[in-house]
Amino acid sequence: MTSIVSSDSVARGSMGDPVRSLKRIASKLWNPRATSPLLLLLLWEIGARTGVIPPRVLAAPSAVVGTFMDMTLSGELPWHLGVSLLRVLAGLAIGVAVGAALALAAGLTRRGEVLVDPPLQMLRTLPLLALVPLFIVWFGIGEAPKIGLIALGALFPVYLNLFNGIRSVDAKLVEAARVFGLSRRELIRHVVLPGAAPGFLLGLRYALGVAWLCLVVAEQINAASGLGALVNSARDFLRTDVIVLCLLVYAGIGLAADSLVRALERRALAWRPSFLEN
Amino acid sequence: MSVANPRLRLVNDSETAVEPVVRLRQLNRHFGKNHILRDLDLDIGKSEFIALLGRSGSGKTTLLKLLAGIDQADGGEFTAPANRTVVFQEPRLLPWKKVWENVALGLPGSEGRTRALQALEEVGLAHRVDAWPGTLSGGEAQRAALARALVREPELLLLDEPFASLDALTRIRMHGLVDALWRAHRPAVLIVTHDVDEALLLADRVLMLDQGRITLDEPVAAARPRTLADPQIQAQRTRLLARLGVTPKGEDRP
Repeated sequence: MTSIVSSDSVARGSMGDPVRSLKRIASKLWNPRATSPLLLLLLWEIGARTGVIPPRVLAAPSAVVGTFMDMTLSGELPWHLGVSLLRVLAGLAIGVAVGAALALAAGLTRRGEVLVDPPLQMLRTLPLLALVPLFIVWFGIGEAPKIGLIALGALFPVYLNLFNGIRSVDAKLVEAARVFGLSRRELIRHVVLPGAAPGFLLGLRYALGVAWLCLVVAEQINAASGLGALVNSARDFLRTDVIVLCLLVYAGIGLAADSLVRALERRALAWRPSFLEN
Repeated sequence: MSVANPRLRLVNDSETAVEPVVRLRQLNRHFGKNHILRDLDLDIGKSEFIALLGRSGSGKTTLLKLLAGIDQADGGEFTAPANRTVVFQEPRLLPWKKVWENVALGLPGSEGRTRALQALEEVGLAHRVDAWPGTLSGGEAQRAALARALVREPELLLLDEPFASLDALTRIRMHGLVDALWRAHRPAVLIVTHDVDEALLLADRVLMLDQGRITLDEPVAAARPRTLADPQIQAQRTRLLARLGVTPKGEDRP
């Protein structure tokens, strides 16, 4: 008797009323916040097709998608994208490494702070992009000024946030660790560096954003390859579809980089109460 | 020093008479013009449980820091065992290390985890060994801090108002735990506290610190296990509170 009742109710739950279950699926897939962006996209497309928005002002979304397909299949977009990514990676690697090394020197020793901190605090007030002419004078127009600019841009957020992270490690934890007999090296390894990790990751996130911005500027000044070069030649030929496509790629990579650091944070800072609640 | 419990007296008299674990003579500590500790003399016997009472600013914490080796005296004679450890008012667990890793922190050798697990089991925290400190309740965190102190098998255990921020029920349980741990491991204990009841329930001897001087030093004679209902404890409690400036008005406890 019981088995009949239960099998009946299972059948009703999974298959009964197909319209209602379709609606339920649709409401799960549909996010109301997507409504207005999609509507704007639709208006843009209609505007382009009816000639209200000429292609030399802004290409239609469908044209951008078509260009994306063409340039991906021809290998043009992947190649330029690869060149740009390599530049960012090289610049980031240098900038993060130098920034972290300087922050450790300044954060862990008094003498290091006296030597390192004042010049960096002064330099960071300079608008980074104002250095571009000087970089061109120094490094010419090859890869060096581009990577150098990205490295310098990434250096400051890493330095400032890691230094701040080291200095704001709870003094009470340090005191306790001393009582429990930790040597200076163990203290740095077990207490200071893990305590400064949130600051470092925050700095890394800023650094990624700055690096991307520096890349755009550096490539648009002078480059034969890379996304910036693609944008430059598109500008000369009034190809707004390529420009919009490159903007979308910039945005997509910025987003991907940010979520990469967030994933890194979730792994490295699993102990944090804000992550524990999730 | 005299302790009423005859068994304890035997232990204490024979040991302390020979060599106390802690020996302070004419100890001084200044901060600028502030004279925090003045010509302080103190002996703590082997396995002796001492409670240090005093108002805020009386120098209690300074004395504890000196004994812990966190701070240095400005003059006087100072002897304390190298193997000493502290339970602070806040648990001070490293939030990025699991509970057992906190307990094993700084232990030499590969048996850190085994020893940590033993200590955590002893304080009743065997079920939380792999938890992050951020997920512990106040009482659990303080148990972990006790385990971290115990695992070092200290000769001198310093407790700096360890239960002040716990709720009343948890505090009662922690008193029982500290008492049991002390009887099992027999370290010398100095507990700094505001709580006269806590002092009388746990300690062999109560000290009172006022303006950097020990103004009272008397044994707690009541037999163990103690309850606050014990008339001997009641009488001593009233006397100590009066010394601390609390009049018995409005003080009626069953």
